[in-house]
Amino acid sequence: MLLIHCPYCEEERPELEFRNAGEAHIARSASIAEESGEDFEKFFFIRSNPKGVIFERWRHVHGCARFFNAARDTVTDRFITTYRAGAPKPSLPKSASGPAAYANRPPDQLNVKRPRRKPASKGEAK
Amino acid sequence: MTESFRIAGRGRLSSRTARFSFDGKPYAGLSGDTLASALLANGVHLVGRSFKYHRPRGILSAGAEEPNALVSVERDAARKTPNVRATVQELYEGLSASSQNRWPSLAFDVGEVNDVVSPMFSAGFYYKTFMWPKAAWKSLYEPVIRSAAGLGVAPDLPDPDHYAARYAHCEVLVLGGGAAGIAAALAAAETGVRVVICDEQAELGGAMRYEAGAAIDGQDGWAWAQASVAKLAAMDNVTILPRTTAFGYYAQNFVGLAERVTEHLADPKGLPRERLWQVRARRVILATGAIERHMVFADNDRPGVMLASAARTYLNHYGVAVGRNVGVYTANDSAYAAALDLKKAGVGIAAIVDLRDNPAGPLVDEARSLGIDIHHGRGVVGVGGKLRVSSMTVQPKGGGAARTIPVDALLVSSGWTPSVHLFSQSRGKVVFDDATKRFLPGNYAQDCVSVGACNGTDSLSATLDQAWAAGAKAAKEAGGSVARGTKPKVESGENFSGGVLGAGPGAGADKTVKAFVDFQNDVTAKDIRLAVREGMRSIEHVKRFTTNGMATDQGKTSNMHGLAIAAETLGKDIPEVGLTTFRAPYTPVTFGTIVNHGRGPLFDPTRRTATHDWAQKHGAVFEDVGQWKRAWYFPKAGEDMHAAVNRECRTVRETAGLFDASTLGKIEVVGPDAAKFMELLYTNPWEKLEPGRCRYGIMLREDGFIYDDGVVGRLAPDRFHVTTTTGGAARVMNHMEDYLQTEFPQLNVWLTSVSEQWAVIAVQGPNSRKIIEPLVEDIDLSDEAMPHMSVREGKICGVPTRLFRMSFTGDRGFEVNVPADYGQAVWEALWAEGQKHGACAYGTEAMHVLRAEKGYIIVGQDTDGTVTPNDAGLDWAIGKKKTDFVGIRGLTRPDLVAPGRKQLVGLKTKDPKTVLEEGAQIVANPRQPIPMTMIGHVTSSYWSENCGRSIALALLAGGRERMGETLFVPMPEGPIEVEICSPVFFDEKGGRLNG
Repeated sequence: MLLIHCPYCEEERPELEFRNAGEAHIARSASIAEESGEDFEKFFFIRSNPKGVIFERWRHVHGCARFFNAARDTVTDRFITTYRAGAPKPSLPKSASGPAAYANRPPDQLNVKRPRRKPASKGEAK
Repeated sequence: MTESFRIAGRGRLSSRTARFSFDGKPYAGLSGDTLASALLANGVHLVGRSFKYHRPRGILSAGAEEPNALVSVERDAARKTPNVRATVQELYEGLSASSQNRWPSLAFDVGEVNDVVSPMFSAGFYYKTFMWPKAAWKSLYEPVIRSAAGLGVAPDLPDPDHYAARYAHCEVLVLGGGAAGIAAALAAAETGVRVVICDEQAELGGAMRYEAGAAIDGQDGWAWAQASVAKLAAMDNVTILPRTTAFGYYAQNFVGLAERVTEHLADPKGLPRERLWQVRARRVILATGAIERHMVFADNDRPGVMLASAARTYLNHYGVAVGRNVGVYTANDSAYAAALDLKKAGVGIAAIVDLRDNPAGPLVDEARSLGIDIHHGRGVVGVGGKLRVSSMTVQPKGGGAARTIPVDALLVSSGWTPSVHLFSQSRGKVVFDDATKRFLPGNYAQDCVSVGACNGTDSLSATLDQAWAAGAKAAKEAGGSVARGTKPKVESGENFSGGVLGAGPGAGADKTVKAFVDFQNDVTAKDIRLAVREGMRSIEHVKRFTTNGMATDQGKTSNMHGLAIAAETLGKDIPEVGLTTFRAPYTPVTFGTIVNHGRGPLFDPTRRTATHDWAQKHGAVFEDVGQWKRAWYFPKAGEDMHAAVNRECRTVRETAGLFDASTLGKIEVVGPDAAKFMELLYTNPWEKLEPGRCRYGIMLREDGFIYDDGVVGRLAPDRFHVTTTTGGAARVMNHMEDYLQTEFPQLNVWLTSVSEQWAVIAVQGPNSRKIIEPLVEDIDLSDEAMPHMSVREGKICGVPTRLFRMSFTGDRGFEVNVPADYGQAVWEALWAEGQKHGACAYGTEAMHVLRAEKGYIIVGQDTDGTVTPNDAGLDWAIGKKKTDFVGIRGLTRPDLVAPGRKQLVGLKTKDPKTVLEEGAQIVANPRQPIPMTMIGHVTSSYWSENCGRSIALALLAGGRERMGETLFVPMPEGPIEVEICSPVFFDEKGGRLNG
């Protein structure tokens, strides 16, 4: 169970008290009704789903009930920082997404030099 | 039977006898024995049959890694535990155990034929053999395989025991109570921080149970361990948990421990059976030790073949000799120590067979000086005996003349595998140490550290240095002071390293013998080679194809051997083939421990409305709606559901009915910008809604689909009373809060959930006003003063009310909101008035029918998250002049305005008596071959007593253009002809709202 620091309660509390609310920093246009198809697609459907640092929203639903933002490493599940809704995206220290953040590669992939995938020759390609 | 293999003066057990039975036969053991040590004391090695080949199996180990000695322990009919490791189960007076997977008896098992025909059962045979005919899998193959394979039998009665759960927090959590764990705990505890130390054994001490050569602080290793544990136990800041397995290592040093509280007691005295500990630690110290591996050779699974350290444990701790003429087969020094201990205890050592060409060192010298035969450069290539090993066949490594040596037990050791399971679960990276051929902790992902054997530290003295330093450091980092105690001084210790991996002589690629790698799943060296030949390249594939390491022991003894054989066959190095992932749980954890208190009534909260007791008294049948118990219908004597619902529907339309609508979600939206907020969250216009009036509101998601609906009353310019669907209450509140906090934070609005605060009694029907009138004070109920869709605040029965004039039946109706505490009293008063007018109480089923007669949708039943207001015929509820609301942009997406969308329509079956199935598909041409073109589906369908026929609502492609068309609902009995009609079946003009 993760421990999450609520930036409003200013306390670290267990994950059970929180609910994830999707990616952060996706602002709804003030003139959404006139938004182009491409912009609406980006706003509503497209999410980054990174391997590494994600900026995401959480709600302290069984606590202060506030929505806030967090930077979390999707590989280690480690929270790098949490901050209040409306605050700008923080700049993160380089180490936050360094190799230590990838420490959970499954053991069976360790020490293994991955064979480079040969591009399919024309004959094979269908 | 006497304990003829118990050696007087050996071991540490008390002399108190504990009687037990195995397969119905009575035996005696000693208090402190495990079932395994007690059986061995009685000369019993044969304890089970293997999973696949039904081969006779004995006791391999003396600990949690045991793959073979799985038995059933039965306390009573409801307390039968299958697959209990005899090496873990402690003996108690009256324990009753039985062997598994055999019929008719353990010594003569019919299933053994599987061993003879085993060529049929090679790796992957399930995948190849039972492919055809497809239908036979469910009816024939699977049932037969399931009954033939498998191990124990689960009890068929509910578990009568209870299980406890604890959360704990500490600065330092030590996993493993061997010498390393104890030293680390001592160092940490001296600083004053909170320390928890757990160990899977009944007593802490770990390898000190058998390591006779250890001496620490002037005592032998075991005595030092017990004295240190006593010291820890006396400290207030230390929690010692024996019989407790750390089974899972989760994020941020959250570790799951399973404590076996009463499994070792003859009388549990009402204590919980097991206790789940969820521990959050600032620092974790992994002192999980190492596990000895067996040797891989032909028929290495004969009862009597045992790990050398296990035999040593049975001797030094339990005072049991595992045989009288014991052979040893090894490639490292630690097995010599076992041979020496046994020899000194008077047990005959037939010979030591050592794969090494020139074994040397003090232990080898001592063995020689005691006159033990050492056959070096040789291997054991086979054994004699069937139900018990009777001899070993010894051959030079490179081949040559074989020699048979009689033995009654054979101790094996191919070296030690560090237990990196929990380290790996913590997402730490293991690295392969080529010099010692083992995986060791590499990069750490969490605040933990490995010490001792699990860290590849071989000598006792180095282990204690490391553990002490780690304990002190962890405590300091977690806020402790500087350690004050004195580091334990190791005077002598044993130092074991080396060994071999993979198949030994006589079990090579050219041999077809059964040399077992994984005992529990009956996987042989040959199977692993076959997997590689059949194209498996990754160890993950080899594992799944052969099931190596996939049994409940998770390959604690087998994984490294399997990996080595696969690597050899592939011609690769071990790290190139990889290591399979370690997953929780480390050892099996019972469902009881995991589920814990969360079963029966505590599985999920039950929500009851204020009138629940009244409804129960009046014979209501309840249905579950989410966590709510709602009155479904109120049958009178002799009525079935159908009759009761018909009567309720009729009565509401003829006179009136009372309905408990308290489960509706209710949210109060308050503030100077309340109307602005409502404009943004709902499709409807709100600014011009006058206080005292109500409106049916539709809430969309940003994609334009209906999310929720409900009647909203404006109580004041800055105050709205919003109702939501029962199921939507929580998510609508979340949705509103989300927008208010993050998209429209400039709005001055407060949201309060008041679902639980207001009880809601719907009084519906032509006589509804007459029923409430005598009870209502200071509210003018006339049509002029209080028309349909209005709300007033006042008093009913002397308590405050928010009185809505609204209808979900199509008849004149009111919804009486009163503070929940008064709900039942007001209901009873209304009921008394209702009786004067012949009103009934009606349940959710009648409510559903009555609203369907009017074509009122239920969000979630007639909509499914892909329905727009236009699809549902609710375009009128969208404020045409609005420039923004949630969903406004989504509504203009091309697919949402394209022709041919599914629209809400009514269906009338040609035969009015036929009631359609909800969810049934609609087609235009029932003679089309399957798959037919489906153009819609039935969303609601009922018998309508008021219409005198069946009615149904449906979503149908281009439905509103198809009025009057005849379509078909194909069913197994044949297609049902339906006519498309308006979704309003009753009182189409709506006159009854004021009737």
